[in-house]
Amino acid sequence: MTTVYVPRDSAARSVGADEVALAVLAEAELRGADVTLVRNGSRGMLWLEPLVEVATPQGRVAYGPVRADDVASLFDAGLLEGGAHALALGPTESHEWLARQNRLAFARVGVVDPLSTDDFLAHGGLAGLRAALAMPPADVVEAVVGSGLRGRGGAGFPTGIKWRTVAEADGPLKFVCCNADEGDSGTFADRMLLEGDPFALLEGMAVAAHAVGATEGYVYVRSEYPDAVATLRSAVELARAAGWLGEDVLCSGLTFDIEVRVGAGAYICGEETSMLESIEGRRGTVRPKPPIPALSGLFGRPTVVNNVLSFASVPAVLTGGPASYAALGTGRSRGTQVFQLAGNVARGGIVETEFGLTLRELVEGYGGGTASGRPVRAVQVGGPLGAYHPADGLDVRLDYEELASVGGMLGHGGVVVFDDTADMGAQARFAMEFCAVESCGKCTPCRVGAVRGVEVIDAILHGPSEERAGQAALLEDLCELMADGSLCAMGGLTPQPVRSVLRHFGEDLGLTPVASRDGT
Amino acid sequence: MSGQEWSAETVAGIVREHAHLRGPLLPVLHAVQERIGWIPPDAVPVIAHELNLSRADVHGVVTFYADFRTEPPGRTVVGVCRGEACQSRGGRDLEAHAQDALGVPFGGTTQDGEVTLDQVFCLGNCALPPSVTVDGRLHGRVDAATFDRLLAEAR
Repeated sequence: MTTVYVPRDSAARSVGADEVALAVLAEAELRGADVTLVRNGSRGMLWLEPLVEVATPQGRVAYGPVRADDVASLFDAGLLEGGAHALALGPTESHEWLARQNRLAFARVGVVDPLSTDDFLAHGGLAGLRAALAMPPADVVEAVVGSGLRGRGGAGFPTGIKWRTVAEADGPLKFVCCNADEGDSGTFADRMLLEGDPFALLEGMAVAAHAVGATEGYVYVRSEYPDAVATLRSAVELARAAGWLGEDVLCSGLTFDIEVRVGAGAYICGEETSMLESIEGRRGTVRPKPPIPALSGLFGRPTVVNNVLSFASVPAVLTGGPASYAALGTGRSRGTQVFQLAGNVARGGIVETEFGLTLRELVEGYGGGTASGRPVRAVQVGGPLGAYHPADGLDVRLDYEELASVGGMLGHGGVVVFDDTADMGAQARFAMEFCAVESCGKCTPCRVGAVRGVEVIDAILHGPSEERAGQAALLEDLCELMADGSLCAMGGLTPQPVRSVLRHFGEDLGLTPVASRDGT
Repeated sequence: MSGQEWSAETVAGIVREHAHLRGPLLPVLHAVQERIGWIPPDAVPVIAHELNLSRADVHGVVTFYADFRTEPPGRTVVGVCRGEACQSRGGRDLEAHAQDALGVPFGGTTQDGEVTLDQVFCLGNCALPPSVTVDGRLHGRVDAATFDRLLAEAR
């Protein structure tokens, strides 16, 4: 019997993985070959999807990108023995894209059957939770503090400090909430983890529950990710049946269960207080802070709110110890970051590596430059609210502080590449348009400012040229107001891409670049 | 999946199935839309009554979220991703082509009631852009010709 892997990840399916899986089964039957098909997650080499792997005595061997009509020739070439073929990529783990990475959160993604509890355990699953349950809760909190782990959702707040606040808060009922409303364009790591290793998230959340004394958990997943929702729901049921969730988790006395909630198409619900409103059944409008959710969160109770990748990073902190996690990275950015390389890039996908590599290493090294073969013009880092970095600014190191120093942000780790055909004036306008569509409407700078932003950019682009400089000054003023006056990151950060266009690509707005101007 | 006739009893039953949840309104609205295909205005007072909310509260939530439909959608629902990653690979041209090909703006349904065209802000397929969904099924690397083929298959 031979095991063949064809991903079930929705990116792989979007370019034909289901058809390939059917073709593999049909071809095996035709030839009387004894094949077990496993629908794994994706290895994150998305330009090679659908990536087919076969288990050989020498390890797994990869082929890609495979189309359904390649399958017969693959069998002819001895696919099941790892035979040579034009699409052969050699041993999967030795592929230079993977070999250079340091995968902790993504260690099992693409490797295991996402819904096999046996696979999960065989690849180190639950080791972090078992270690945590053997420790007093306060020690677990201090381990996470000591690891230097910062929230991977965007704001970069120290995870352990947040947990400590919840742990020290009084209350008979506390919650652990996972924010899986990954709405930034260019980000897909949460989706891939939910589809490729959902038990990792559940394990991290259970660790948090033990650490802070929570009994109920919610995962808020965006509705744009139906495959992730389905996989996660199945994983929760399997975990309950295995005694990993529910009453007396792993016979430790911990009671903790998780409910999966689905969003309804509102970007703002990725903001933590909007997400809490949404789970409570209301419009996803932002809550002013304070009170912080750690003290008064879901239904007014102390609540841990973390991102998918933050929770998924926690088991490694406990198994390897906080010191070994903190030893990775650079400056105050510790551990590994899951970068998502996207847009107009030759080799797009997941790069999990310790903090410290440069944007150029990511875009030109891993990514191989643009998919179109044209020069890179701009790279947006951190989603629709992140800055556009110019081609000569790619030597910036990807850590929280260094990106902030050049007027950018890491956000959720999404990196979107544009070639020299990009119209950066249109991109600046889009940033404001997006904010106008997705603003929750609670505060005036965001609600009205975004609409005004579109109007002002239109006046710059299409109005009388003698008024252009004045309109640009107005736009700067508006950006300052939105940044300073908005309640949350939606209005507060929308100026970031706009200002980066003013600063580096002013010619696309009919302006001279203002790179010499103070600030960002 | 959808298309069940709307009745107050159906909606009240759906609410009761979810009454044990904390903050059940979004799951209720999803379930109503899944069974009926949309959220009829007449369902709002029923939901409000069953959950002891005001009609304004429920209406406010229905209209806040892009997913909830207050009109029946077409037989096929197409979503075009408008995120920056898709824009970087011809997404803006695809947005224009989709609206031209169907003759409706985003949010519109073709006159024959066959196809509803939605804009979506990120489908999470950013390394294989541009992306489109057809009845919830994700497709990557979609150009105008692929779009037309997908549409022809769906119709």
